[in-house]
Amino acid sequence: MRIRIRKRVVESKRKIILIKIIAVLSALLADAIIFLFMNVDPLRAYYEILRAAFLTEYGLTETIVKFIPLALISFGLMVVFKAQTWNIGAEGQLLMGAIVTTWVALNLGFLPSYIIIPLMYFSGFIAGLSWALIPSFLKIKLHVNEVLTTFMMNLIAQKILEYFVYGPWRDPHGWGFPQTAMFPENARLPILPGTRIHYTTLLLALATCFILYVLIWKTTIGYEIKVVGGNIEAARYAGINIAKIVFLTMIISGGLAGLAGVGEVGGIKFRLNPNVSPGYGYTGIVIAWLGGLNPLGVAIAAFLYSGLLVGGDALQVAMRLPQATINIFNGSILFFILAFDFFTRYEIKLER
Amino acid sequence: MNEWISIIRTIIEAGTPLLIGTLGQIAIERTGILNLGAEGIMIMGAVTGFAFARITGNPWIGLVAAILIGIFFALIHGVISISFNGNQTISGLALTMFGIGLSGLIGRNYIGIPVKHIPRIPLFPLDKIPILGQILFNTNPLVYLSFLLVLIYWFILYKTKIGIIVRAVGDSPETAESMGISVTKVKYLGTIIGGALIGLSGAYLSLIYIPAWIEGMTAGRGWIIVSLTVFAMWDPIYAVFGSYLFGGVEVMQYILQPYGIPPAFLSMSPYIVTILVLCIASRESIKKRLGAPKTLGKPYIREK
Repeated sequence: MRIRIRKRVVESKRKIILIKIIAVLSALLADAIIFLFMNVDPLRAYYEILRAAFLTEYGLTETIVKFIPLALISFGLMVVFKAQTWNIGAEGQLLMGAIVTTWVALNLGFLPSYIIIPLMYFSGFIAGLSWALIPSFLKIKLHVNEVLTTFMMNLIAQKILEYFVYGPWRDPHGWGFPQTAMFPENARLPILPGTRIHYTTLLLALATCFILYVLIWKTTIGYEIKVVGGNIEAARYAGINIAKIVFLTMIISGGLAGLAGVGEVGGIKFRLNPNVSPGYGYTGIVIAWLGGLNPLGVAIAAFLYSGLLVGGDALQVAMRLPQATINIFNGSILFFILAFDFFTRYEIKLER
Repeated sequence: MNEWISIIRTIIEAGTPLLIGTLGQIAIERTGILNLGAEGIMIMGAVTGFAFARITGNPWIGLVAAILIGIFFALIHGVISISFNGNQTISGLALTMFGIGLSGLIGRNYIGIPVKHIPRIPLFPLDKIPILGQILFNTNPLVYLSFLLVLIYWFILYKTKIGIIVRAVGDSPETAESMGISVTKVKYLGTIIGGALIGLSGAYLSLIYIPAWIEGMTAGRGWIIVSLTVFAMWDPIYAVFGSYLFGGVEVMQYILQPYGIPPAFLSMSPYIVTILVLCIASRESIKKRLGAPKTLGKPYIREK
């Protein structure tokens, strides 16, 4: 008797979604077992996450606060991943967006709000885009693997950030903390009263979702992106300019990550410090992939993940667990989806 | 003079976890598996090593435990990459996140408590060699182990049939398979060796270099291993230079700070150099002569 593995001809959409749900549930079950071993009551932990993220008014607004950067980043990554180009540099692109925005806010603070705020978004977008431009250029001109360069660019961006907040931009009245001075009032994004939701960035994120949907499903460029991602040889044969597609998708994802950076410094912290992003750029990769690279799926995944992050903060307070605990879910959900994905793509038969 | 001996020795001791981890990463990636999970494996090694050393009172048992947990964690990535043909980029990132999360949970009761650590043990009579003896042979046992590992790696990779098999699997699994080699077996073997060494490099931090458990104590060293492996072009000898260079940067940023050199500039230089190396190494003519596994990150799908 032997096992035969064959690639499925048709992958049923409903089955893919079903398998994803089963995978997430299995991951939650596996994590509950880990929690039991660690002397943590899993039911209480899960209830705390759920309650903190979705069942209180404050929690729900905080979930939306985290949804803003995650949605912007993962929408961008969705486009670039569709072209089978692996930008894992969203973290660095976010940081560069935050750094340049900080410069604008601290140096051009004399401008009225209606000029400086669009300027902050614009400069953040350009900064993120430029940071993505370097690896794209290296990939196209020198065939350098973008996974490694985009990743290196993250580490370099983090160091540039540290240079500024520990060095020339450090607030002289900041009690020696590595952070810049606060942004002037007119360089702060408008906020929904009683919450931390900077709604202009939220609207940008939602508009992005719609625009990218149109771009990918209703335009020739979207079609070309899908061909490049599906079969690069076919794309070349069809005369599609592959370099152009790689550039374009990298620029979109870099720019959107930059916008996420604008939101974090301009709408949440009102200053630059080394903890601008708790790894949003990496979480965005997980979300884009979890959402099946389509706008609705990514939006839902981003919302659920935002809740998970808020729940992680709550675990820290309510059960004195380290904040990093939440990463157990990040990792295990992906493992189970990757493993179960095998059964959607291949069929396995026992034969005599 | 003595001050310089001590600085150089510190650099080697700072570079050793990077070296051991990079050797592990080479074992995995030479067989064609891209491993972005090094940070997760390393931090699990650090916390497990510490926990077992603390419970048993014996740091050597801690090292063994770290090796075992490293193997187990690498195998999660291995099963997804090798048997399930899963996306290796995503699986590696998942491993890193999972490791950071789980280590935080396991380590929450070990923060700020002492542990019996592994001291420097002079290697008689080599430590009596003037200058060099103090630098190379009056240090901790894992530094000696790393020297030995480099020699073993170099010998196996370039002087034995096993080396040819491993390189064939990473470069052209179809050819390897037609030669009667089990690609799956070789990939799993590379994964096991790599996981063991990366796990060990984590315990080096918590039982020798620091020694304590601090949440997130690997502080990106796993990612440095990923870049160092590229920097070293998957070669054990280059890995030695790369590790001590990065270790040197880690030590020198604190030494040079009083002279007005911002530590951030110095600590970003290895990444810039790595990108430059990548640019040079990606040229087709050079690529052929270097060790980059040609199928890195691509699943080997055998449909029969």
